[in-house]
Amino acid sequence: MATAYSPTNFVNPLSINTRSHDKPLFDPLKTTTSFLGSTHKLRPTSLQFNQPDTHRRSAVVAVSDVVKEKKVKSSSNLLITKEEGLELYEDMILGRAFEDMCAQMYYRGKMFGFVHLYNGQEAVSTGFIRLLKKEDSVVSTYRDHVHALSKGVPACEVMSELFGRTTGCCRGQGGSMHMFSKEHNLLGGFAFIGEGIPVATGAAFSSKYRREVLKEADCDHVTLAFFGDGTCNNGQFFECLNMAALWKLPIVFVVENNLWAIGMSHLRATSDPQIYKKGPAFGMPGVHVDGMDVLKVREVAQEAIGRARRGEGPTLVECETYRFRGHSLADPDELRDPDEKARYAARDPITALKKHLIESKLASEAELKAIEKKIEEVVEDAVEFADASPHPARSQLLENVFADPKGFGIGPDGRYRCEDPKFTEGTAHV
Amino acid sequence: MAAIFQGIGAATALSPTPSNCFDSKKLPLPSRRSLSGRKASFVVVRSDGSTNFGSGSRSQKAQKLITNAVATKPDSAASTSASKPGHELLLFEALREGLEEEMDRDPNVCVMGEDVGHYGGSYKVTRGLATKYGDLRVLDTPIAENSFTGMGIGAAMTGLRPIVEGMNMGFLLLAFNQISNNCGMLHYTSGGQFKIPIVIRGPGGVGRQLGAEHSQRLESYFQSIPGIQMVACSTPYNAKGLMKAAIRSDNPVILFEHVLLYNLKERIPDEEYICNLEEAEMVRPGEHVTILTYSRMRYHVMQAAKTLVNKGYDPEVIDIRSLKPFDLHTIGNSIKKTHRVLIVEECMRTGGIGASLTAAITENFHDYLDAPIVCLSSQDVPTPYAGTLEEWTVVQPAQIVTAVEQLCQ
Repeated sequence: MATAYSPTNFVNPLSINTRSHDKPLFDPLKTTTSFLGSTHKLRPTSLQFNQPDTHRRSAVVAVSDVVKEKKVKSSSNLLITKEEGLELYEDMILGRAFEDMCAQMYYRGKMFGFVHLYNGQEAVSTGFIRLLKKEDSVVSTYRDHVHALSKGVPACEVMSELFGRTTGCCRGQGGSMHMFSKEHNLLGGFAFIGEGIPVATGAAFSSKYRREVLKEADCDHVTLAFFGDGTCNNGQFFECLNMAALWKLPIVFVVENNLWAIGMSHLRATSDPQIYKKGPAFGMPGVHVDGMDVLKVREVAQEAIGRARRGEGPTLVECETYRFRGHSLADPDELRDPDEKARYAARDPITALKKHLIESKLASEAELKAIEKKIEEVVEDAVEFADASPHPARSQLLENVFADPKGFGIGPDGRYRCEDPKFTEGTAHV
Repeated sequence: MAAIFQGIGAATALSPTPSNCFDSKKLPLPSRRSLSGRKASFVVVRSDGSTNFGSGSRSQKAQKLITNAVATKPDSAASTSASKPGHELLLFEALREGLEEEMDRDPNVCVMGEDVGHYGGSYKVTRGLATKYGDLRVLDTPIAENSFTGMGIGAAMTGLRPIVEGMNMGFLLLAFNQISNNCGMLHYTSGGQFKIPIVIRGPGGVGRQLGAEHSQRLESYFQSIPGIQMVACSTPYNAKGLMKAAIRSDNPVILFEHVLLYNLKERIPDEEYICNLEEAEMVRPGEHVTILTYSRMRYHVMQAAKTLVNKGYDPEVIDIRSLKPFDLHTIGNSIKKTHRVLIVEECMRTGGIGASLTAAITENFHDYLDAPIVCLSSQDVPTPYAGTLEEWTVVQPAQIVTAVEQLCQ
């Protein structure tokens, strides 16, 4: 089983327009409709679909009953308008340029700690998040800069946060690994892997609660949970797959399988490396998609997000992707085979989209260059903004520990500590 | 002082059972008495049907609420009717009543935990709620503490006000990741953008031969987590009040209940009330020594107090209720009066609430102390199954009496 999944099988980059039809398609008759909820009220879902694991040379697109019916006009799903194409391109360029600038700034001593860059994985973030509404939620991990940008958090706020300034999206209190935005419904930014997944499940639960208990009939907010291959061996992952499927929560679990958890190869850590197969075990569809191809990701995302919005329950999407840099800026990245890196570099999602846009005459070189220039300026402005922003004052130290600062308690003098003037100065003794 | 209490033979009516046997079914509960000069506010709480009144006419007037058991709450208007105001219920029912009132008041309040729905809760705190509010609002979760606690946190971040029940507090050790990292920290790391108005509650403490793993006291493990508040309830009155306050609070609150206290009976007000989360409760004012305690140990202390009173001592007993943060005002005022402190807790000796309290008192009130602080805690031992051994791990009234005698020499 492991051999079918070895990196050598991902040799052939597939050009975006073709699609391989030589795989056995999902046969609903052979599906095990094994999922039954705990009560008779939950009917078994027939939308479990599976991916054949042979012949993985080409990127395999999700197959479902719904999509199968649309197979007649198969390539239409991959078609995008010029507008959409440019939007996707701009978002990916922003992600790439931003992360490159982060690396520069880190080595110049403007940001510290653990910084995890997203280079190479842009197709997943762009492919999924650009389909969301503002009210939909995204939950990420420590590799969250680009998720934040795709969701709409301004680059200057993200950069500011990385520099630890008060104008950062989290007032400088979160840092690289804890990006939050209430306005854009980015629920973090988590340092421990797996701990964001239950939070995402909770956000999806809220959405369902609003619809069914609070009777807000039009509440169809979807939550996306992003996490990596290493997380898929963690208990929280499985526990949440179970709960999401059990209650049909409007959530999509997006696995960014970049094959490496710091220096641990996915194959060395996982008994069955095919993560998408773990979805049907819990009663949800499991889909594998080429995460280096933004259009394919977008197509799968559309289906999965649509399912969630319609109340049909969760989906597990495994995106095969790769990070061009090390795990973090502190990672010497010595364990990965240079050949593997070269192979994936040849599948750079940005290059691929650029090629597609030009070849299908959706955009000209000049237009794309204009976008690149624009983004360059955006990123530079972000750095300028961050540089010029103030560092947090001492008075900020104790703010935000409690939503209700009475939680600091009553001091010996009988007053609540938060009423102490020294409290705001940050010199109060708590 | 001692004379006042000699005449009252209530001690016989409330004669303690062997001190190790804290039978929740027949609970000899202490009476709360006020000193002469104060309005008598006297209620005898018992778990079975029998009523025990302290003798003396003064007591007949009572059946009033223990309103001045709460230090800062003024006495409610003197009971006008000769009939008893309020209604009687058991502690778990009080918790349920508080929960139900809050769920009626705010549709965003929901409950999640193992067996909280159809089963009604392992200690029946949520009995009947699922029928009334539905399966989604009173959610039966699979056995996945870390994940459903995290789910509660995610729900809290997105506008709901969940109450997460740990079937036994000890199970929440599995949720430590979520409680420490997310519950306590997210408000801060998000720069104040998201609040986590979650209540995490459950029964803990040493029960009756439940074995080591079901007899844990998690307050000592959680107390260092920044960003959370911890409270411990000990009577039906404060159980309901704290439950309501915790639900209304925008901070994450951990409410510690005790397995052996669920069947305490008390008369509580009909009208709505809340107990302040950050305040301690004056149980018995006194002059000689300040005894700080919480949860079940309050009853061991009150039992010891009867003996002490007979021996001529006048202990001031404070139920600290707020384990984090400490109510240093009430505690401080008491210390300034008595100059001696005894802490009685069920936590382990090492790193427990008593240890923190000792440090806080030393830091703030050192000048007022006439003697070193004495802290009686449970032994640093995994709670044994055998009843005799279990009895010795926990502080018993006799030890409290001895400690006070030594302290007051």
